[in-house]
Amino acid sequence: MPEIRVTPLGAGQDVGRSCILVSIAGKNVMLDCGMHMGFNDDRRFPDFSYITQNGRLTDFLDCVIISHFHLDHCGALPYFSEMVGYDGPIYMTHPTQAICPILLEDYRKIAVDKKGEANFFTSQMIKDCMKKVVAVHLHQTVQVDDELEIKAYYAGHVLGAAMFQIKVGSESVVYTGDYNMTPDRHLGAAWIDKCRPNLLITESTYATTIRDSKRCRERDFLKKVHETVERGGKVLIPVFALGRAQELCILLETFWERMNLKVPIYFSTGLTEKANHYYKLFIPWTNQKIRKTFVQRNMFEFKHIKAFDRAFADNPGPMVVFATPGMLHAGQSLQIFRKWAGNEKNMVIMPGYCVQGTVGHKILSGQRKLEMEGRQVLEVKMQVEYMSFSAHADAKGIMQLVGQAEPESVLLVHGEAKKMEFLKQKIEQELRVSCYMPANGETVTLPTSPSIPVGISLGLLKREMVQGLLPEAKKPRLLHGTLIMKDSNFRLVSSEQALKELGLAEHQLRFTCRVHLHDTRKEQEMALRVYSHLKSVLKDHCVQHLPDGSVTVESILIQAAAPSEDPGTKVLLVSWTYQDEELGSFLTSLLKKGRHLTQPPPLPSPSWTEPGLHFRTVGALSEQTLRSHPWGQRPCVMCPPRQLFPAKEKLGSGLSCLYSCAWAPKRWLGQGVPDSSFQ
Amino acid sequence: KPSILNNCGPSKTRLYCLSGHPTLPCNVLKFKSTTIMLDCGLDMTSTLNFLPLPLVQSPRLSSLPGWSLKDGNAFLDKELKECSGHVFVDSVPEFCLPETELIDLSTVDVILISNYHCMMALPYITEHTGFTGTVYATEPTVQIGRLLMEELVNFIERVPKAQSASLWKNKDIQRLLPSPLKDAVEVSTWRRCYTMQEVNSALSKIQLVGYSQKIELFGAVQVTPLSSGYALGSSNWIIQSHYEKVSYVSGSSLLTTHPQPMDQASLKNSDVLVLTGLTQIPTANPDGMVGEFCSNLALTVRNGGNVLVPCYPSGVIYDLLECLYQYIDSAGLSSVPLYFISPVANSSLEFSQIFAEWLCHNKQSKVYLPEPPFPHAELIQTNKLKHYPSIHGDFSNDFRQPCVVFTGHPSLRFGDVVHFMELWGKSSLNTVIFTEPDFSYLEALAPYQPLAMKCIYCPIDTRLNFIQVSKLLKEVQPLHVVCPEQYTQPPPAQSHRMDLMIDCQPPAMSYRRAEVLALPFKRRYEKIEIMPELADSLVPMEIKPGISLATVSAVLHTKDNKHLLQPPPRPAQPTSGKKRKRVSDDVPDCKVLKPLLSGSIPVEQFVQTLEKHGFSDIKVEDTAKGHIVLLQEAETLIQIEEDSTHIICDNDEMLRVRLRDLVLKFLQKF
Repeated sequence: MPEIRVTPLGAGQDVGRSCILVSIAGKNVMLDCGMHMGFNDDRRFPDFSYITQNGRLTDFLDCVIISHFHLDHCGALPYFSEMVGYDGPIYMTHPTQAICPILLEDYRKIAVDKKGEANFFTSQMIKDCMKKVVAVHLHQTVQVDDELEIKAYYAGHVLGAAMFQIKVGSESVVYTGDYNMTPDRHLGAAWIDKCRPNLLITESTYATTIRDSKRCRERDFLKKVHETVERGGKVLIPVFALGRAQELCILLETFWERMNLKVPIYFSTGLTEKANHYYKLFIPWTNQKIRKTFVQRNMFEFKHIKAFDRAFADNPGPMVVFATPGMLHAGQSLQIFRKWAGNEKNMVIMPGYCVQGTVGHKILSGQRKLEMEGRQVLEVKMQVEYMSFSAHADAKGIMQLVGQAEPESVLLVHGEAKKMEFLKQKIEQELRVSCYMPANGETVTLPTSPSIPVGISLGLLKREMVQGLLPEAKKPRLLHGTLIMKDSNFRLVSSEQALKELGLAEHQLRFTCRVHLHDTRKEQEMALRVYSHLKSVLKDHCVQHLPDGSVTVESILIQAAAPSEDPGTKVLLVSWTYQDEELGSFLTSLLKKGRHLTQPPPLPSPSWTEPGLHFRTVGALSEQTLRSHPWGQRPCVMCPPRQLFPAKEKLGSGLSCLYSCAWAPKRWLGQGVPDSSFQ
Repeated sequence: KPSILNNCGPSKTRLYCLSGHPTLPCNVLKFKSTTIMLDCGLDMTSTLNFLPLPLVQSPRLSSLPGWSLKDGNAFLDKELKECSGHVFVDSVPEFCLPETELIDLSTVDVILISNYHCMMALPYITEHTGFTGTVYATEPTVQIGRLLMEELVNFIERVPKAQSASLWKNKDIQRLLPSPLKDAVEVSTWRRCYTMQEVNSALSKIQLVGYSQKIELFGAVQVTPLSSGYALGSSNWIIQSHYEKVSYVSGSSLLTTHPQPMDQASLKNSDVLVLTGLTQIPTANPDGMVGEFCSNLALTVRNGGNVLVPCYPSGVIYDLLECLYQYIDSAGLSSVPLYFISPVANSSLEFSQIFAEWLCHNKQSKVYLPEPPFPHAELIQTNKLKHYPSIHGDFSNDFRQPCVVFTGHPSLRFGDVVHFMELWGKSSLNTVIFTEPDFSYLEALAPYQPLAMKCIYCPIDTRLNFIQVSKLLKEVQPLHVVCPEQYTQPPPAQSHRMDLMIDCQPPAMSYRRAEVLALPFKRRYEKIEIMPELADSLVPMEIKPGISLATVSAVLHTKDNKHLLQPPPRPAQPTSGKKRKRVSDDVPDCKVLKPLLSGSIPVEQFVQTLEKHGFSDIKVEDTAKGHIVLLQEAETLIQIEEDSTHIICDNDEMLRVRLRDLVLKFLQKF
């Protein structure tokens, strides 16, 4: 039984270190390769030894797919490819490919230069790793090999974020990565078509949240910033260089313009400036509005927002500063925070999720006395605000996406177990779709039943379709054919064609039965009787009286003969092929019963008129068709051996040639002669 | 959709050819049950027959004498003007549309666009023929196509001309006119330019697609755009079902300029390859032309003259600007201003920088730095290149000579270029350099004669030449090639150049405007899916090594042009012989039919088997073709030949069935 297997190495009932193994139709795919911000030991990277203990990962994975540039989705990539060892293809979108190495380098610097870690991946490793990347376009079908194909859909989470469909034959899995179902100020909403995958693997960060309208949150944010600068305070907004930074910059920029404010806004040097440049060059990945107006005004060229210099932090008067990193765990944002924290006029706004252990997490959980390096204690007097601007789908959005894609089952990752539980129930109850939420290292196995594509010969299909168009053939019909399997090539053809293709001759099996009757009339007269009897009894069938005196019912031949010296006995010869066996055997019994048969028993349904297998016998046998009839063309089976026929004297003389030759019977060796009937 | 039977018709694949212009094609392909328009090119060479539309009143043009017949009859002098021995129509310029009568265009399901030059007739088709389908094109094609249309509409609309000439189109009158007016084709179908409203409506019918995206049409056909290497977002198209494949190659290039390279591999295994949009200047080498362009430009400017480059607002201009970027400093021309004048100049320059994903590898990797992919960003930043929507406004203040002006339209019949021709034409210091290959430069210049300015012709056409075509065909090996008739013979001006035509085996099928071709397809198979339950019930048997067979009896379901085989329903209640009930009508007819038989019966073994099963008194006789087995006691005769067996017996069903089963043991069923 074919099956799909999914094992999260990370992001199973957890946020961070996204890494999910999928086996589908014999192909192994790794989805994302992230790091965990909450750990500094081995646990920060996925445990790749799960894939193989010894041997190259390349032998066990057909490809790796990275959904977007956030480090919890790509942070372990150089470690995975260069230090553990993987040489296969790594797929990601163009913007991800452009931005990912910059974030990796940034991550490396903090780990090695600031924290002094040894045995970390190097800059060269990042470069070598990126050489293995194959960039994909949205909606492009990428053929990983002859069978495995992948396709990217817009996810709207950050610039270049994508959902991926992984498909082998008729089996498919969709992995959402992180996504956002509502368009924001710089990105569009995630979209997928009704691709009906066997399994949808979705993030569930906000599994239990139904967020209030974005407008409210934005108004709130602007109000707080505005109030603070009005009273002369300084606002610090710690952000990651790419993603929310741009969203909030656009928000403040338009507000400043509308309100005609003069208070300076800065963003910290380094990444952000460069980041804005990426946004300018990847305009097609932004939302409709920005794409439409970028020629007149590129939204990422900010008028009010200027580059920050370290010295500015000590300037008097109000200002707003965007600084990296977003969780206040290091760098410029932390430096500025330390300078401003003591003044209650100032404010820090945390616009995103903070991992445990970071300064960001501490102040958000209410801590106001922070122990810094060197046992220094920092007292936080400035106001601390949290506002969720994370671009993740909320519960409503997740349900919406499941509805769009119409999967057979759903699997939740990238969320907290408790929240997942809630969403799982909701999905199972409201959408009636089975839902899974494996922990890391736990495998979910889903049996699949893919249909098998084969080539059907046009002749065979057409024959069926013509029948399908006939008015009386409303009901489903049976199609008969032969499936030829050669290597992986499957073709369905008519049985005749199968024989022909294999160079095999058809073997015809024919039966001729003698039905003995008491009757004194002449053969011709008797045949006529048989004809009119069958004609009246078998209304659904084509009964014909041929010029040579024989009678046909569909393809069954009946001939009357005077077998012996006994004028009171006649013999009916009934002849049919193996394919017409049912009708043939039915007719013999019918003829035997003779006149007792006033009401004919209903015939077995006339399936022999089906063209599927028996097109040779379709329709009435006119003289014309008889002449071109397959057995009309070949001599009577009894003709050739006439001279040699050993039974001629002994028993064979009673057999009349069934078709065209003039071999007349002389004598029947019959017994059990039934009543003469047709009077 | 039309009857599903069309689906199976082997001879239904037809190509309706609506355009006679080989590089501005418009064909309609009927493939399976779909009607697909391939490109929507607009033949603008018709405008060469018209007088230029001057932006600024031109005393020269307005005082041209009217034309009169040889007999002095001057009734056409309002419509036709004479200039240096050539006759021009004094009217709003008109374009030659694709054929609209050959096929009912409201039946077109989809239109596939291959590049922005091949969509200029789109508004005529989508807005005036009852078309209700979808248009597919890549994002750069749509955006730049929109710019080209916008520019065209702008050029025409900003010089309102009351007069519309129609008298000359009368067939009897046209006969009397001098060439080339006399020979102009289909003049009755020539139309004025569309409006911006029509452009917007037409473009709203476009659905964006990416390279290698598989698009399903009605479940029967799949279409896929592939990179063609010619322009930003330019594509070739694959149109295929599971067993048939048509490749549509239109405007492709193997040269490394700015676009993503051509995808050749995906064109393999085509039944039919439709080949259009080859280079219009097969004898010119684009690299050489670019060199000539630069040196002539430098020469003119050094002598204090101006250079005029009539061009489209997108495409080759990006490459020329890049060449100049590298060239001007080394040639000591860095102080010479470059002007790009077009209502869409700014948009074109901006758009070129955001389509990194559609660019060649070198340009793509610049974005990763991040830097703009084209160096014209730097030319603009350093004020070396300036762009203006038109000669009016800022340009007249900034204008410094000598200078280089890039502006349209390359036909020299409308746009700002008309003004520069009038302005600079009188001085031999100036030079006009023709780089666009779409118009004959001599014809383009005709209404400006006599002309003192220098004319340099260095057409840059990066599309495939015949050597590349023959390489390509060897590589992808289509079963049949279909192309415009122009490609099956050498160009008229170079009739001895047998190398300037398509050479392939079997010879290419050619088409001309208003022709219908039946495409040669040998369709023999169709895809059908076998449900897993049915597949499980099949019993394969190996007939020959590596070849297995299974007989299939199944219910056929056809929906949305997709076929599915389901297992037959379970037979109805087993019925006992005498009281059979007619199977009710809604139960499908599922009698298991008798298969065909194959094989032969070895007589000796057969006789042994008979004996084993209790038959005695068996006698075997040889015949010419086989044997006769006699069961004397049962008065039965079994005639066995190589491929037939005939059992002749009394009406004893038990006996017959026993014998049948013994015979069947030796035969294979199909």
